[in-house]
Amino acid sequence: MFGATRPVRPLRGPDATPLIQAEGLGLERGGRTILDRVSLSVRSGQVVVVIGPNGAGKTSLLRILLGLWQSSRGRITRARRMRIGYMPQHVQVDPILPLSVRRFLTLRHRAPEARLREQLRRVGVPELLDAPIQTLSGGEMQRVLLARALIGEPDLLVLDEPAQGVDVVGQGEVFDLIDRLRSETGCGVLMVSHELHLVMAAADVVVCINQHVCCTGRPEEVSRHPEYQRLFPDAGVHGIGIYTHHHDHVHDLAGEAKPVNGAGGVADHAR
Amino acid sequence: MLDDFVTRAILAGLMVAVVAGPLGAFMVWRRMAYFGDTVSHSALLGVALGFLLGANLNLLVTLVCVMVAVILVFLQRRQQLASDTLLGILAHSALSLGLVAVAFVEGLRVDLMAYLFGDILAVTRGDLAAIAIGGALALVLLILLWRPLLAITVHEELAQVEGIPVLPVRLGLMLLIALVIASAMQVVGVLLITALMIIPAATARRFARTPEQMALFGAGFGVLAVLGGIWGSFTHDTPTGPSIVVAAMLAFVVLNFLPWPGGRRREGA
Repeated sequence: MFGATRPVRPLRGPDATPLIQAEGLGLERGGRTILDRVSLSVRSGQVVVVIGPNGAGKTSLLRILLGLWQSSRGRITRARRMRIGYMPQHVQVDPILPLSVRRFLTLRHRAPEARLREQLRRVGVPELLDAPIQTLSGGEMQRVLLARALIGEPDLLVLDEPAQGVDVVGQGEVFDLIDRLRSETGCGVLMVSHELHLVMAAADVVVCINQHVCCTGRPEEVSRHPEYQRLFPDAGVHGIGIYTHHHDHVHDLAGEAKPVNGAGGVADHAR
Repeated sequence: MLDDFVTRAILAGLMVAVVAGPLGAFMVWRRMAYFGDTVSHSALLGVALGFLLGANLNLLVTLVCVMVAVILVFLQRRQQLASDTLLGILAHSALSLGLVAVAFVEGLRVDLMAYLFGDILAVTRGDLAAIAIGGALALVLLILLWRPLLAITVHEELAQVEGIPVLPVRLGLMLLIALVIASAMQVVGVLLITALMIIPAATARRFARTPEQMALFGAGFGVLAVLGGIWGSFTHDTPTGPSIVVAAMLAFVVLNFLPWPGGRRREGA
């Protein structure tokens, strides 16, 4: 397996080929079109966010990209030996199963204690290592899920609604955390979300889908796009209230943390 | 020593309990109690086929149970019917089919009660060997599958993304359930097998802090139930299979619901 004839492409670095690239994905289920000619790619260090209304096919797209479902059309190219860290939308462990956070983190990969502690510290819940997993709050669970996704040192983090079931303050923290992890590890991030204003601030590229790709680009471009405004009328016509977080650093890749233009653009979130 | 039928009964019961407890933990975690019931009800069909074909009963029971379990998994995937409806249809159809099939076997006078409720006191040396082989196979399979099974029990899709071969692991679990049912049939009978898996595991939950502890304690409570049941059956002249289940139930009630000195329920860590 290791005597590969093809050269291993670099996974990291600015001119790396995409970690994952989907071209013309289509999906039909029971005669209904779920996805139609959807293309997107994620590179190292890049945060790509898929948004769309309910029933737009966001989760189906994610499942296809993860290899859980087969697409009806199109193809997916993955970087060789790419490791995916996946954070599902909702994990609830029945109380009948006695499971500590420690066991939960090592269900797939055994890892030394120091590594587990390091990952939990990274996501801000170091004290939870031996807690029964059923006792965690929604926000704690999201963090533990993120820690589990990180244990395998992924090249690509795939997050399905990472702030689901977390209150607004917690949501800001979750997206801040994802942003920080991206800069610390240099991994690519692909996430699906409908927490528009929060998630768009964390994104380098936004892909707005409604079966097909409606528009794609940098968050501020997408938020001005007429298709976007038609899909999310609540977001307002003067651009979206982009939640800016407090950067103490600048990203070297496409992740410029620009200030938001226009009055009323900056949502002031209580922290 | 094996000449004594009580010794044979105890040995058979212990071997079954040691596997049924840990497997029962999985059935509890995966909410498969009714699933297990449905599969075990179909074991009678295996018995009838075994007599018809003149083949080894344990082998045919295992085969039929695996087939029914696999069919169930695929039917559940199609999700045309709610899962409990499907299981409700199949559990009783399988049992009735088995009873009808047994009636069709000419010249056969089967003691149906023995298959339905177990006849542990009639266990022969040959049966003991069959139970030992089936039980050992099941135990090995369970140990091999333990980690991946636990992973898919907690979150199947996450496990799949992390590279666990979900379908083979699930099929392995089906084989495991079938093996244990075939071994346990003689001990408690097709109607009561699930009880021997579920009740000890459920009893163990309160005392376990890890999945492994729950499995081991489940095996322990299963052993106690078997010993208690055989003893009760002996001293009070009651049917052995049901006595074992009653013993398991008593342990569950006493340990879970009666006030327990200092045994306040653990909350949090």
